[in-house]
Amino acid sequence: MIIKNKAIVEDEWVVLRLAEDEQPEAVAIAAGKVIVPLKVWFAQRDELQDRADLGVWIASDERPEVLKDDIDKFNIIAVDFPKFSDGRGYSIAYNLRARLGYTGELRAIGDVLRDQLFYMQRVGFDAFAPRADRSIQDALKGLFDFSEVYQISVDQKLPLFRRVKRTENVATK
Amino acid sequence: MYRYDQYDQQIVKERVAQYRDQVRRRLSNELTEEEFLPLRLQNGLYMQVHAYMLRIAVPYGLLSSEQIRMLSHIARKYDRGYGHFTTRQNIQFNWIKLEDTPDILADLASVEMHANQTSGNCIRNITSDEYAGVAADEEIDPRPYAEILRHWTTFHPEFGYLPRKFKIAITGAKEDRAAIQIHDVGLAVIKNDQGEIGFRVLVGGGLGRTPIIGPVICEFLPWQHMMTYIEAIMRVYNQYGRRDNKFKARIKILVKALGVEEFTRQVEAEWQDIKDGSGTLTTEEFDRVSTYFTEPDYEKLTPNSADLDSFKAENLAFANWMRRNVKPHRVPGYAIVVLSLKKTEIAPGDVSAEQMDVVADLADRFSFGELRITHKQNLVLADVKQSDLITLWKIAAANGMASPNIGLLTDVITCPGAEFCTLANVRSIPLAQKIAERFDNLDFQHDIGEIEINISGCMNACGHNPVGNIGITGVEKKNHDEWYQVAVGGSKGNHSSIGKIIGPSFTFNQVPGVIDRLLQVYLRERIEAERFIDTVRRIGVQPFKEHVYASEIEAEPEEVNNKIEFKPAQYSVPFYSPRF
Repeated sequence: MIIKNKAIVEDEWVVLRLAEDEQPEAVAIAAGKVIVPLKVWFAQRDELQDRADLGVWIASDERPEVLKDDIDKFNIIAVDFPKFSDGRGYSIAYNLRARLGYTGELRAIGDVLRDQLFYMQRVGFDAFAPRADRSIQDALKGLFDFSEVYQISVDQKLPLFRRVKRTENVATK
Repeated sequence: MYRYDQYDQQIVKERVAQYRDQVRRRLSNELTEEEFLPLRLQNGLYMQVHAYMLRIAVPYGLLSSEQIRMLSHIARKYDRGYGHFTTRQNIQFNWIKLEDTPDILADLASVEMHANQTSGNCIRNITSDEYAGVAADEEIDPRPYAEILRHWTTFHPEFGYLPRKFKIAITGAKEDRAAIQIHDVGLAVIKNDQGEIGFRVLVGGGLGRTPIIGPVICEFLPWQHMMTYIEAIMRVYNQYGRRDNKFKARIKILVKALGVEEFTRQVEAEWQDIKDGSGTLTTEEFDRVSTYFTEPDYEKLTPNSADLDSFKAENLAFANWMRRNVKPHRVPGYAIVVLSLKKTEIAPGDVSAEQMDVVADLADRFSFGELRITHKQNLVLADVKQSDLITLWKIAAANGMASPNIGLLTDVITCPGAEFCTLANVRSIPLAQKIAERFDNLDFQHDIGEIEINISGCMNACGHNPVGNIGITGVEKKNHDEWYQVAVGGSKGNHSSIGKIIGPSFTFNQVPGVIDRLLQVYLRERIEAERFIDTVRRIGVQPFKEHVYASEIEAEPEEVNNKIEFKPAQYSVPFYSPRF
């Protein structure tokens, strides 16, 4: 199961992770819906590019810009969080959405936990594969921590000060 | 000062609810300590030697009397009756229970305060000039910009898990009191030749193991672009800052590795896409925030110092206090008053709950209900009528906050040190106290004049040791002994410099003697009214070094009571400091 568009849904995709002894150019890609490492995509691009049921995932130390010319080929791109505290994935997501204009499913995979989901959805993730040892129902709640935000990101094109009339009235407690 | 509107209030409220649930999940073990760590840190909660420490944000050091009364309440209800002001203008409480922290944050929210992002690898609380808005040398009030940046940085979704912490400081005066050269990003609000307002932007300054003076990457950034430009800096850093080594993860290392030119090029390239976009600051928003920082209702006063002069003549303590703790105000008849938190026998920056109440009353009575915290861990009443100075001084003196030592030898900056902090190698506070005792003589202090002694218990430099005129750093323990490295010649402000280490380190009880020798060299070599730092700059470190190591240094007598014994309070706390 994964979270997609703020709901828990069946996951139809398999994420391919290379074992240590597997080479990107040699690894066999099974039939069906597979999300392959970026390295594999580039190593086997000729064979893979006509497959409709293929996704690609980006590691936190890889650059999304390398997909610039391929971006329209994918309906699903995933970004891997090797540790939940590795924040590079947030900028990768931002760049995919804001710079490369990617509009398909953007999925967070790896060490994905409830308490990071709110920020993740703001930078453009719309799908989340929370860590398997955690409750997915619980993780879903993480998307609703805040009802208002100050700054722009992928989800919010206008900062609070352009969106609402902020008055000088002191808040009522 | 700034007041929350319904949106600010709602965001802080939702934060408390989010955190309350995180604590609940930690206590029920749904969250591991590793997972909880960054969550609690981004709510200001550290696990220290004896207990949890909660660091509360005081945006750019500004507090209302209502807020400080709440801090006093927190000190009484949840802590041991005192709090500790920090070098980043925040306040921290040292004896906190994890279970209480959601309630503390709720109490804070009720007076428009929070502990957001006061720790962790995110953009921290923004610091500024403690005399903002009142300093005689101010060109532009930096506070509205600091407040707007507070909004932008609060829960920024992309920059919550940076390689390392990120500190921004902003100043608008001729003299830089916000130490912008030693911050990850330093902003100087300036006017260009056309009279337009903008920022000089510095990036990659910092202390710690690798102290660096931040280089300028933009000479004039028009004010509207403040957030988008910083966003570009943050994005470059978030992607390329090192994550493999904690000690090389700050932005200063990235700037150094790429070179200033290349770093600037990358920032500019990043910025081109977002420049002039919707993240650009509007005049309307700036004006909205600025209205909270308009002048208070100053009275039209004709300065008349006759009473002050006659009181000074008969009261030396008051005269000394006027000399050191009262600063010029830009409005005639008013003064800026610094309340010293550097009293011999008290840990620098510590304030009791009773003192907080007194300070709140002083603020209400004499300074439009506002108070500031300085990076030197003192307090400021910024708008005091000169005719109130005598009364104010009497109350401050009766409550232990009138030591006439601002900027002097005993106005020491220290970090909490090994008694509280799990990172520290050595104790800091007892050393500061030792120094305060040794140089207690006020005439001597006034003779030495302006000098800054900074102490940190380790290389991380929370006590600003690299930029102290005399900087003292705790180095690794050999056989559990405490060793202190001494450096000379650091300074902050417009001409920041990093101090030079004079040689092998010293024991705890030798340090006061070392300082004494450094001062002997100064007294021997100084020309007229030259400050200590000016003498060091003129003659170099060598004469100091030679004199200090010329003969055996006498150690202060060992006193049992300099090892403060803390009562471990919280045996029953389930998640407790590993070091205890």
